[in-house]
Amino acid sequence: MSPSDTEPVIIVENLTARYGDVTILKDVSFEVFRGERFMILGGSGCGKSTLLKHMIGLLKPYAGRVIINGIDICRADEETLQTVRKQIGVLFQADALFGSMSLSQNVALPLTEYTDLPSDLIREIVRMKLGLVDLSGFDNHMPAELSGGMRKRAGLARAMALDPMFLFFDEPWAGLDPVTAAELDILIRSINEGIGTTMVFVTQELASILNLAQRVIMLHKEAKGIIARGTPGELREKSTDSRVLNFFNRHAM
Amino acid sequence: MEEMETTGYRLSVEGKTGEEATIRLAGRLSLDDLEPLMADLQAIPVRLKPRRLSVDLAGVDYLDSAGALVLIELQNRARVLSIPVDLLNVSEKDHGLLSLIDPEVLQRPPLRPEIVQSPILETLGELARRQFRDFQEIMSFVGEIITALVYCLAHPRVVRWADVMFYMKRAGADGLPIVALISLLLGLIMAFMSSLQLKQFGANIYVANLVTIAMVRELGPIMTAIIVAGRSGSAFAAEIGTMIVNDEVNALLTMGFDPTRFLAVPKVLATMVVVPILTVYADLFAILGGLIVGVTGLDLTAFTYIQQTKSSISIFDFVTSLIKAIVFAVLISGIGCQRGFQVRGGAEGVGMSTTSAVVSAIFLIVVFDSAFAIMLYYVRH
Repeated sequence: MSPSDTEPVIIVENLTARYGDVTILKDVSFEVFRGERFMILGGSGCGKSTLLKHMIGLLKPYAGRVIINGIDICRADEETLQTVRKQIGVLFQADALFGSMSLSQNVALPLTEYTDLPSDLIREIVRMKLGLVDLSGFDNHMPAELSGGMRKRAGLARAMALDPMFLFFDEPWAGLDPVTAAELDILIRSINEGIGTTMVFVTQELASILNLAQRVIMLHKEAKGIIARGTPGELREKSTDSRVLNFFNRHAM
Repeated sequence: MEEMETTGYRLSVEGKTGEEATIRLAGRLSLDDLEPLMADLQAIPVRLKPRRLSVDLAGVDYLDSAGALVLIELQNRARVLSIPVDLLNVSEKDHGLLSLIDPEVLQRPPLRPEIVQSPILETLGELARRQFRDFQEIMSFVGEIITALVYCLAHPRVVRWADVMFYMKRAGADGLPIVALISLLLGLIMAFMSSLQLKQFGANIYVANLVTIAMVRELGPIMTAIIVAGRSGSAFAAEIGTMIVNDEVNALLTMGFDPTRFLAVPKVLATMVVVPILTVYADLFAILGGLIVGVTGLDLTAFTYIQQTKSSISIFDFVTSLIKAIVFAVLISGIGCQRGFQVRGGAEGVGMSTTSAVVSAIFLIVVFDSAFAIMLYYVRH
């Protein structure tokens, strides 16, 4: 590992998340390193998605802080937050493509908003991004005309439009068949290794966790926080916690 | 962050026209400087026409996919001029990025041409075809809803009465304040404007007739219907439309329910009950508005005003006004539900159906009102 690989670029410190009076997460702390594929695991309702929403600034923590690339996004003003947002790409669970726009318009949207590039250059970038996710030629298709896996990839192309340093994935494999999911794994890995984007996933898809994750943390509903951390191999083989073992071996509680 | 500190790229060229040339690139090749970088680089092969072009990336400390795109475009352009391009000193990381981008996809045409505005005749034809299809859909929905209503009349127990009550509250009780306020103001305005004219002839007392006849025969049902169309017709369309988008209607179908009977009938029944009631309230509040003007502005007593009001309308007027209200209620809720069931696609479809529900409902209300006006004229005489 070169020194830059161990440089923490996302730091979550003592994060406490609440909805009203209900505490979802308590005192959660962890770090994500540059260029890493980092996964947040856990069963339904354990607060994975809540944690992700805090990390991308959609929710403000009740206590604690989230530092992305040296900027505390919980206390930053709107202008600073905007610069951080440009470095972040998010692939939402329901792909969140704009249904009234074609694929190329979807991908071009952040480019036209945040850059002054002429339209032919934008078109070229859009083609390149669609090519990256193996959707070249589908420029003028509408999202509704695509299959689930293609929509996921198109969402990824849009998330990558501005060459973000960070990509966040919320359950990217949900609703995909195993073959499509495996193809998405390959695509994600090649982008991570080629571009060096730091990737954070929220997932419970066992196969992809074992296939892709370099480091994971596991959340638990009752613990309201992290119950295990390490590589997926370590957790599966060496953990003594029955909650972790059950998750990795797909046992009922 | 080391990537933050250095901004911009540096570029230098060595070599003479027609010979081997080397471009040295350094700094940041990123999206931020894409435009000037692209222009600078692409000018070089055209200007120098070298036999061979080398690009030295030794000084590059940041390359993103936009930067990689520039390099690949340079290779593409040079190939057209039959100049071979070599990339030198590519770091391992940048090599990974460059290998991700398939130069071919940049030239590949879309599978489908961009949608452009079709010629006027085609648009017109498409519009007419859509109108016709729309008409067909409405007619088949009318058939469905009538069948469902008749079935429900024969089997009152299949009607979801709890839903009927719910929508009666939504469309009726919750709508009463706005209906009351608007009709009160309408009565005030009508009485005030007409009094200005009638005063000149000493016909103050006829303000009562004018307000009552106008309101009971025409404005009461129509104003109420328009308000209900805006409040509830749109809500019905949005509700059913969102259910379509979320596959909830499909879930009903697979569970063996008839969506028309399940979703549309309670709404239609509820509005059929509440719109006539709202109309009566609208009439009353408008008469109250007239009364206020009559008493405060025209020196009439409340008693004479009410007597005059009573004498100016017949039971026939009142009953036909209620029948109109029931017909309008069926139109509003029917078109609201039908537009909801028509929704395809996502958020945009729901928005369109909501708009269309209100617009079509108001249009149909006015058309049917005209028909009633003519019909009732001949019935009266």
